[in-house]
Amino acid sequence: MEWRDQGAILSVRKHGETSAIVEVFTGMHGRHSGVVRGGISRKLTPVLQPGSQVEVTWRARLEDHLGTFVVEPVRSRTAAVMNDRLALSGLNAITAMLRFCLPEREPHAQVYAGSIQLLDMLGVSRDWVLAYLRWELMLLEEMGFALDLSRCAVTGSFDDLIYVSPRTGRAVSRAGAGDWADKLLPLPLCLLGQGGAETGELLQGLTTTGHFLNLLAQDLGNRPLPDARNRFIDLLARTERD
Amino acid sequence: MSTQVSPDIDALITLMAKLPGLGPRSARRAVLHLISKRTHLMAPLAQSMSEVAATVRECLMCGNIGTGEICDICSDDRRANGEICIVENVSDLWAMERAMVFRGRYHVLGGTLSALDDIGPEQLRIPKLLDRITTESITEVILALNATIDGQTTAHYIADEVGERCMISSLAQGVPIGGELDYLDDGTITAALNARKRI
Repeated sequence: MEWRDQGAILSVRKHGETSAIVEVFTGMHGRHSGVVRGGISRKLTPVLQPGSQVEVTWRARLEDHLGTFVVEPVRSRTAAVMNDRLALSGLNAITAMLRFCLPEREPHAQVYAGSIQLLDMLGVSRDWVLAYLRWELMLLEEMGFALDLSRCAVTGSFDDLIYVSPRTGRAVSRAGAGDWADKLLPLPLCLLGQGGAETGELLQGLTTTGHFLNLLAQDLGNRPLPDARNRFIDLLARTERD
Repeated sequence: MSTQVSPDIDALITLMAKLPGLGPRSARRAVLHLISKRTHLMAPLAQSMSEVAATVRECLMCGNIGTGEICDICSDDRRANGEICIVENVSDLWAMERAMVFRGRYHVLGGTLSALDDIGPEQLRIPKLLDRITTESITEVILALNATIDGQTTAHYIADEVGERCMISSLAQGVPIGGELDYLDDGTITAALNARKRI
């Protein structure tokens, strides 16, 4: 068995004295692991950093074997995020969420394209936090938890949508919420794809996506969401307070 | 192992094969070498290993390894210059000491934050570090952590925890001494260019 693909490194784990088990999120083969011989050498360590874009050739005798990767660097994202603590925590959150949500060896072309676009924005563009929020929406959609934010679930109205039902994931307007308003999740404009966003709005959006990611987590073996996502949100909240 | 080797020697070979860099074949060679130099090498080695095994311990202050409760660096008053260098593990501390440029004290974290290995802040020696900053009147914390995603995540976390208590600095990143640009990865070149200085 052999294939060649490009992808972003999600994790690197030492294997024996000289090798590493590397997990790569590829375009055509999804989240895939393989052994990289000499993966902890001085030459390969800078290449094998989470977030780095690499070209991999995977070889194994049988398809269900772990197999080996031969890795060629395409571009490193490490230097771009190294000195930016929020971007660094964002990178950790993205790789952790991909490992958490996606099944192994299953291609997710849309998530791949969105993830690569988001990773390329880290430490470069200021809008990457908003892009991260929309990426979580896309991740939810891909995992079967798509939110329907097009119209009010109660009145059918297209206007003044400011809540999301925590049960159905559908938008609710101010008028439709009535006495239930305090039990609904916030729907900031940035989740509707309208304009930029203040940090407060982004945090509200992440609270809403976090609720549905927790529902997804129940389906994925009832595991808690990765700490890396919580740390990223804590840091974002701290930047707003400062 | 083969039947020609006595059980004791076989056990020794098995143990030696567990050392880093040694496999069963090289362990056999090492054991044969030790046996051939039994008086001059094997006996002193066994005695030395026995003594170290009985006395080695982690320094209560910095996490370095030594034979006393407080290591030589922490008990040396000349090194109490207000600077403390944070390293990931003891091998990093030894690397810094080999360079003989840092004359302050160290603090060994015992790892880095890692979601993959489930290492959170509570698994590292960060509370002890914060305690030391106050009790030892530290003026500067130097973060000498690896230039990896995990290393830098840990560095930023420590910087947040230390806050305004004292000055915080970190090692520079860039072209290594003797390094040729042609052989460097693009991440290192980017870091080096970002940290360029006027000459």
